[in-house]
Amino acid sequence: MNEAKALIGGEYKYGFVTDVDSDTIPRGLNEDVIRLISKKKKEPKFMLDWRLKAYHRWLKMSEPEWQNVVHPPIDYQDMIYYSAPKSITDAPKNLDEVDQEILKTYEKLGIPLVEQKRLAGVAVDAIFDSVSVATTFKDTLKKVGVIFCSFSEAVRNHPDLIIKYLGTVVPYGDNFFAALNSAVFSDGSFCYIPRGVRCPLELSTYFRINSAETGQFERTLIIAEEGSYVSYLEGCTAPIRDKNQLHAAVVELIAMKDSEIKYSTVQNWYAGDSHGKGGIYNFVTKRGKCIGDRSKISWTQVETGSAITWKYPSVILQGDDTIGEFYSVALTNHYQQADTGTKMIHMGKNARSTIISKGISAGHGRNTYRGLVKVQPNAQGAKNYTQCDSLLIGDRSSANTFPYIEVKNKTASVEHEASTSKISEDQLFYCQQRGISEENAVSMIVNGFCKEVFKNLPMEFAVEAAKLLGVSLEGSVG
Amino acid sequence: MLEIRHLHVSIEGNEILKGIDLTVRKGEVHAIMGPNGSGKSTLARVLAGHPSYQVTQGEVRYQDKDLLTLAPEVRAREGVFQAFQYPVEIPGVSNAYFLKAALNEQRAFRGQEELDAVDFLETLKQKMKLVEMDSSFANRPVNEGFSGGEKKRNEILQMLVLEPKLAILDETDSGLDIDALKVVASGVNRLRSPDRAILIVTHYQRLLNYITPDFVHVLVDGRIVLSGDKQLAFQLEEKGYEWVRESAAS
Repeated sequence: MNEAKALIGGEYKYGFVTDVDSDTIPRGLNEDVIRLISKKKKEPKFMLDWRLKAYHRWLKMSEPEWQNVVHPPIDYQDMIYYSAPKSITDAPKNLDEVDQEILKTYEKLGIPLVEQKRLAGVAVDAIFDSVSVATTFKDTLKKVGVIFCSFSEAVRNHPDLIIKYLGTVVPYGDNFFAALNSAVFSDGSFCYIPRGVRCPLELSTYFRINSAETGQFERTLIIAEEGSYVSYLEGCTAPIRDKNQLHAAVVELIAMKDSEIKYSTVQNWYAGDSHGKGGIYNFVTKRGKCIGDRSKISWTQVETGSAITWKYPSVILQGDDTIGEFYSVALTNHYQQADTGTKMIHMGKNARSTIISKGISAGHGRNTYRGLVKVQPNAQGAKNYTQCDSLLIGDRSSANTFPYIEVKNKTASVEHEASTSKISEDQLFYCQQRGISEENAVSMIVNGFCKEVFKNLPMEFAVEAAKLLGVSLEGSVG
Repeated sequence: MLEIRHLHVSIEGNEILKGIDLTVRKGEVHAIMGPNGSGKSTLARVLAGHPSYQVTQGEVRYQDKDLLTLAPEVRAREGVFQAFQYPVEIPGVSNAYFLKAALNEQRAFRGQEELDAVDFLETLKQKMKLVEMDSSFANRPVNEGFSGGEKKRNEILQMLVLEPKLAILDETDSGLDIDALKVVASGVNRLRSPDRAILIVTHYQRLLNYITPDFVHVLVDGRIVLSGDKQLAFQLEEKGYEWVRESAAS
């Protein structure tokens, strides 16, 4: 806890130790721990029952082993499953109180102070108390009937919606990490966009792992009713620690007839040091379901952080004329590993899916694209276009592409393109000959490589992502 | 401005330049001519700092600095520009973005303020007109999908925007039709001034119909075997490189 205090600074230096300690439950996982979490969150019985079902399912499951990553075994009994959200008075109120690491990061990103303040504002809200994120927007959103609040709040205030939709896209027994999340999830965000409403704001949550040796298990559920639209942004960071920490989140998206959900992520969890020590294990299940006809779900992700990334934001194209999109940039530098991609499941007629994946590998980075395009027997006229490009920097990095295609309907059209390239000495020299430093040249070439993905991000996020890539690539040349 | 003394250069153990001596003063235009494989492009690349070459002997002074010890980007910021024979493509990076980044890194080095987007685009548009490039090229990725001629024009455009003190043109004329050749030549002539120097590396004399050099040097097998004024270029065109080889041998 001392380390956390030192990092957070400000008010933490002068007290609240007891408060912080008392909010953390003992390490290890058993039924009592789950009951305790549920009790602390003042949850209704249905939620506890669901958690326990998930827990018992999880006990019978084993960690997936097919992914192209290596890590020492995770001791699930040596982890803390609940570090309580700090009280509102604990949360930093201004820039001086914000975690030095975030400040340093943004300083490094070169974001001007005013903008920095604004970003820090969003971030801080989300890190220490997801309830307050919702409060920021609540009034504006309430006018149009949008519900945007923490998951815990939704469980208490909108149990009907939770009961109706929770686990309908990612069932509690979907996979090992989803089951674990379902049993112990602490918080997350809930969005409900009513019929015909175009959400007037970009909804944004900034996740941060702050305490040591704690796993983070948040859950997000977004429901877009008929004819509605929402754009949701997710940012993540974590402090520097020697030990690996587990982050196993679940995100479920539900799109009704004629609705659209655009989900963007800039993931910058702590990646470990240049020797591969520490960093976050980011094992995440994200899936959306286009239930209604003509609905659309679009995932855009920029993955620059984490020691290991394991995630496949997917779309189930259940309705007719639905659209699923996946735009991804995954960067691995030093000893980072990423096994990421998507699944596009075509069920309805004339559904279209697009996959654009850009993998960048530097240092000893290991980067894998893994994707599934599945066309069910009744999915007449399914169309998919997949493009996977890999960029290698240096001689020790690696890139792999595993595209799986299962087509059970003859009318389907599935296209796959893949390329692997290296930043050439000639490209670097060309930039340098114009006066551009080698580091900036690499950053520029990589950003160019990612352009097709970045253009799908909301403006500020695109700028942040581009700068983040530059920072993440530091030390990758020379 | 540029003093090359006894320069020997190798690539992968093969000696390409075998003792080059050359002095270029401010305001001068020098043409380096020679048959294929004579080492003229090597000379251009070594001056710009291409990492593939090893200088085994000799020195190069540029504006009283030891040029060979400077990193390529520092040479560029000090005013050395190379127009490439084969300009590379940089997918996803727009011409305007690339050039603005380059110009601003150079300006920062010289202690000048960075140009903002508006001022930069103004300058860029102006210069694009000079090389007869459509303004749409500003937003296209650097050299991607450009024809050979468009790439060369783009090199000249970059040169006009960056306003180097020493411009080295590496076979910029190769593969150009007559119209493009004229555009390239007028770009170079526009840059010509009493405080700049230009080094033109070329196989053919025809570019020199439009850019009058002060000096012409003939490079054969890694050595300058003959130097003269613009008349030398005409003689070469007429008699071919064999003539130089023979007269050098005799």
